[in-house]
Amino acid sequence: MKWRRFRAIFHKEALHIMRDWRSLMMALAVPLVLLLLFGYALTLDVDRILTVIYDQDQTPQSRELVERFRGSRYFQIVPGPANYRTIVKHIDDSSALLGIVIPNDFAHRVESAQEAKVQLLLDGSDSNTASIAVGYAEALILAHSAELREQMLQRRGQGKLKMPVDVRIRVLYNNELKSKNFIVPGLIAVILMIIAALLTSLTIAREWENGTMEQLLSTPVRPTELLLGKLAAYFVLGMADMVISLIVGVGIFGVPLRGSTLLLIVSSALFLFGALCWGILLSTITRSQLLAYQLSLLSSFLPAFLLSGFIYSIDNMPFVIQQFTRIVPARYFVAILQGVFMKGTGLEVLWMQMLFLVMYGALVFTIAVRKMRQKMA
Amino acid sequence: MQPHEQFAVVLEHLTKRFGEFTAVDDVSLRVGKGEIFGFLGPNGAGKSTAIRILCGLLAPTSGQAWVHGFDVAREPERVKQSIGYMSQRFSLYDDLTVEENLDFFSGIYGVPRERRPERKAYALKMAGLESELPTMARLLSGGWKQRLALGCAILHEPPIVFLDEPTSGVDPIARRQFWDLIYAMAEGGTTVFVTTHYMEEAEYCHRLSLMYKGRTIALGTPKELKAAFGEDATMDDVFIDSIEREEARTA
Repeated sequence: MKWRRFRAIFHKEALHIMRDWRSLMMALAVPLVLLLLFGYALTLDVDRILTVIYDQDQTPQSRELVERFRGSRYFQIVPGPANYRTIVKHIDDSSALLGIVIPNDFAHRVESAQEAKVQLLLDGSDSNTASIAVGYAEALILAHSAELREQMLQRRGQGKLKMPVDVRIRVLYNNELKSKNFIVPGLIAVILMIIAALLTSLTIAREWENGTMEQLLSTPVRPTELLLGKLAAYFVLGMADMVISLIVGVGIFGVPLRGSTLLLIVSSALFLFGALCWGILLSTITRSQLLAYQLSLLSSFLPAFLLSGFIYSIDNMPFVIQQFTRIVPARYFVAILQGVFMKGTGLEVLWMQMLFLVMYGALVFTIAVRKMRQKMA
Repeated sequence: MQPHEQFAVVLEHLTKRFGEFTAVDDVSLRVGKGEIFGFLGPNGAGKSTAIRILCGLLAPTSGQAWVHGFDVAREPERVKQSIGYMSQRFSLYDDLTVEENLDFFSGIYGVPRERRPERKAYALKMAGLESELPTMARLLSGGWKQRLALGCAILHEPPIVFLDEPTSGVDPIARRQFWDLIYAMAEGGTTVFVTTHYMEEAEYCHRLSLMYKGRTIALGTPKELKAAFGEDATMDDVFIDSIEREEARTA
């Protein structure tokens, strides 16, 4: 390993990166686009559920219940005539998720202290949103019915009634329960993985395709120098992406950064190194830009997106898939990011994840150097 | 003194097989220091394979070769320090300027910092590219690209230079200029090992090895080779007759 040769490779790669302004723009714009796209569009928060209310009763009592729904920020009432047919039609064309039917004996039953019934009709296609919507509607109706009972008892002169059990909630982290606080940190892992693997997947394959590898091989340059020189150039680019993501996440989305920024930078550097090595390894093995590009897209984006716990909780996955996520480096980085951002946890909790990132980087780098050596001989 | 110390390049029973196919078949040669030595032969004769073995890019299947006293199979790193190599294809960086290409190879070959300006100036002057420093390599014409490639390959003053069909696809005037460069290098003491399939280029070499199907079928100075085929034989005659004889012999 000679410093001079490493520097020559690094400098050359930096020139390639700067000359290829389209790739450079892509590398710098992708984090912005992904952050804006996911930060705004991919919200897992369920609110303003489109609701059709069919009030058959049309009494002050039934309208009180309708007003409750109208007043809640979780529901948005679809205007226009309502009956069973329109409810089904709205649900069919997705202009409503929920239909509520208040039967015509609602007021009568409430007043005569019988059990009054309310029917919920629900689009279950998106099961996750549907079950959240049911939860909200049930809670709202339950609260309403508790109030009705209280009024009734008061009228009978029995005074104020207390609920037997009262729930007091204290949310420890992300106490506004906003999904962007959870998505944006995880997204940084996805961004770094995609950018790193995509950019580096081309770099060695391009040298083979252009015949410049042949020229390099006839010089005294060693595989380690070649790989480290290239890695270093793309590392600078990757860290720039990290800083962009950090600024956008904290600045624009207002995601709280509770933990240590230094820990964040160090862990990003470790993760980035592994991701870059992965791209280089693919590039070394395939020797073809197209193949390397496609492989790296598949092998970086999908696991980082689906198997990292970025959106989909690993605990809810089937056992076999859970075991598989253990070899996905993004899983560990997502854990670090979410920990540092939201909980402010430090090395004392996250050292295992850090250790894994170190081991992953070292392993992939070693394999890449070995493959490179084989191809060079 | 061992032969591999006395000569610039020594091949002993060098053989390279790719599966069933024998690309280089039991070739033995000695090339003296400062000599311009040519590998002449049709496409697929094994010229490039032989050169690539000598540059440490391929490992021989059997036999041995020494370049500048170093065994190519055992000490490829030291071989690479002492050679310049120019492949058939233009293999510099298209998106780098002439100057950046030169600086890059200067760094890769480990030219000492204080020697760099001098070597760069020499390479530029030799290649006639002094006025093209800021030109992107992809904008250079074929002949200039070849000369730049040669310039990059000799920055570290290698005692031996391997040129694999350096003038293919270059116009006759540029080819002639390129050979002037080769002569200048040889006069400076550099050993030049060149492959070609152009007959007139073969004439420029000090000594030639005619290769066919991986074997050396004739070896000598252009004059000696021609003399063996009659008084006013041309290089073409030597080439075609030798191949026909070889065909008849092995048939």
